[in-house]
Amino acid sequence: MLSPWLLGAIGITAGPLIASLVLSLTDYSILGSTEYVGLANYRAVFEDPKFFTSMGVTLTYVCLAVPLQLALALGLALLLEKGIRCLGVYRAGFYLPSLLGASVAIALLWRQVFKSDGLVNAFLSIFGMPGRNWIYDPDTSLLTLVVLQVWTFGSPMIIFFAGLKEIPKNLVEAAIVDGAGYFRRLRSIVLPLLTPMIFFNVVLQTVGAFQSFNQAYIISGGTGGPVDSTLFYTLYVYIVGFVEYRMGYASALAWVLVVFIGALTAVQFIMSRKWVHYGDQ
Amino acid sequence: MATSSIVATESTGGTARGGGPATGSPRRRGRLWPRQLLITIALLVMIYPLIWMVRLSFLPESAIAGSGLLPSGTWTTENYTEGWNALSIDFTTFFLNSAIVAGLALVGNLLACSLSAYVLARLKFAMRPVYFGVVIATLLIPIHVLLIPQYLLFSYVGALNTFIPLVLPKFLATDAFFVFLMIQFVRGIPRELDQAAFVDGAGYFRIYWSIILPLMRPALATTAIFTVIWTWNDFLGPLIYLTRTDLYTVPVALNALLSTDTGFGTGRLLAMSVLSLLPLVIFFFVAQKQILEGISSSGIK
Repeated sequence: MLSPWLLGAIGITAGPLIASLVLSLTDYSILGSTEYVGLANYRAVFEDPKFFTSMGVTLTYVCLAVPLQLALALGLALLLEKGIRCLGVYRAGFYLPSLLGASVAIALLWRQVFKSDGLVNAFLSIFGMPGRNWIYDPDTSLLTLVVLQVWTFGSPMIIFFAGLKEIPKNLVEAAIVDGAGYFRRLRSIVLPLLTPMIFFNVVLQTVGAFQSFNQAYIISGGTGGPVDSTLFYTLYVYIVGFVEYRMGYASALAWVLVVFIGALTAVQFIMSRKWVHYGDQ
Repeated sequence: MATSSIVATESTGGTARGGGPATGSPRRRGRLWPRQLLITIALLVMIYPLIWMVRLSFLPESAIAGSGLLPSGTWTTENYTEGWNALSIDFTTFFLNSAIVAGLALVGNLLACSLSAYVLARLKFAMRPVYFGVVIATLLIPIHVLLIPQYLLFSYVGALNTFIPLVLPKFLATDAFFVFLMIQFVRGIPRELDQAAFVDGAGYFRIYWSIILPLMRPALATTAIFTVIWTWNDFLGPLIYLTRTDLYTVPVALNALLSTDTGFGTGRLLAMSVLSLLPLVIFFFVAQKQILEGISSSGIK
């Protein structure tokens, strides 16, 4: 009865995983003969300027987008949690961008929003601020993708919201009796109790943001431009593998990403011991 | 990964803690106003690009450039009719393709993940901990490592330009996240139920089909919803596997429209974008409660 899963695990996951490792040790390129090249691909990775560019772009993106997105998610979860009218409408409305955010259609919308005659410049002109061509300017193109990621703060917001509802009422009430104001309660009770949820969201969103692809592909027309300013790591792997057909090298790049994400997640878990509080400890 | 301990309690209306209920004393109700206003503005800012897109998609092409913050002009549906036929094959085909892929992925994920979860959560056999470890490990592997070998595998068996590479993995329970979600769920179903059925002479498959599966409805609903959303939005898979225009799914067709249209058909592009989002938006409003609960309880995006 396990055979479908077993077939999938071996045929679609484990097999390709091993194949990928083997491929990364060759110069496989679909065309022409394939030779075993040992660790040459991995050495090449660290001499490849585009590797550093794309890693830099991805890290900048993650470091800007994830904290901003989570801060917004937490802020709005706190606002909603205190009881407002038509809660359901707000919850659904804030979540809607998360649902649509990864789609090609939204990336196309984003091109339009940040064009020189787009929504953002029209808004800025109200305040007499000069517009610019956000997407074709290498200084700001990555920023547009960060805004898109931040815009999808709805799903972590829903998770925070669920977490806030789990905080025992009596603790908060006791603090009120003790005369603790809202921000004092937030700092001493709500946020510490929410740390498992914050940690969960940080890990989830970081891993997710590292693997973003669609937005950068569409906004840059599949090139990672202008001047490689939106060359996400995954986009670079795609270009090397499926545009240049250097599949051996692309496999090596992919493995470097796996190790990198793995290491980063491990660091996050180790650091979490310092700041995440679990109620049952 | 998923923390199923986060129990979702559905909340409608204004229950609150700390600040008092929304329907409290007049003084408290007064204090609610600034927050309500703030949050309404935030929501409008968030949603406005979507409204703006819909309005632009109904503008004549000549009026789109420089339309500004509040686009005005005659309403026209020409972007929709032109966009629908802008590629060599019209969008009917692309929508059908997307629907077929999403439908098959849905059936595949529901059947395969639930069956695997039942076996991994309930049956005792030698390698079970190993298999469970494999599920967790698969959760952590970025698809980008698997992309090239999977592509070569499907290319080797001649499955390029078919829906097989997009759909077959679902029938083999490769979406480890859902397997994991369902394992956690099956563990919460009392074992006495299976044992009673076993005593009554039911086999493993019978127990799975008649007892476990019906009880798994919430987990199945979450899986179904997110399978549909993710498959509908999937771009990389179809981009790699489908190169024949008549097989394009909607996202790939939009991308093709973009590359044939640079500079001119903004309206067409936006009109088709609106249509491609429409099924998701409708789906969201129908299944809203399930979706939001699914996120709260499983941490799926």
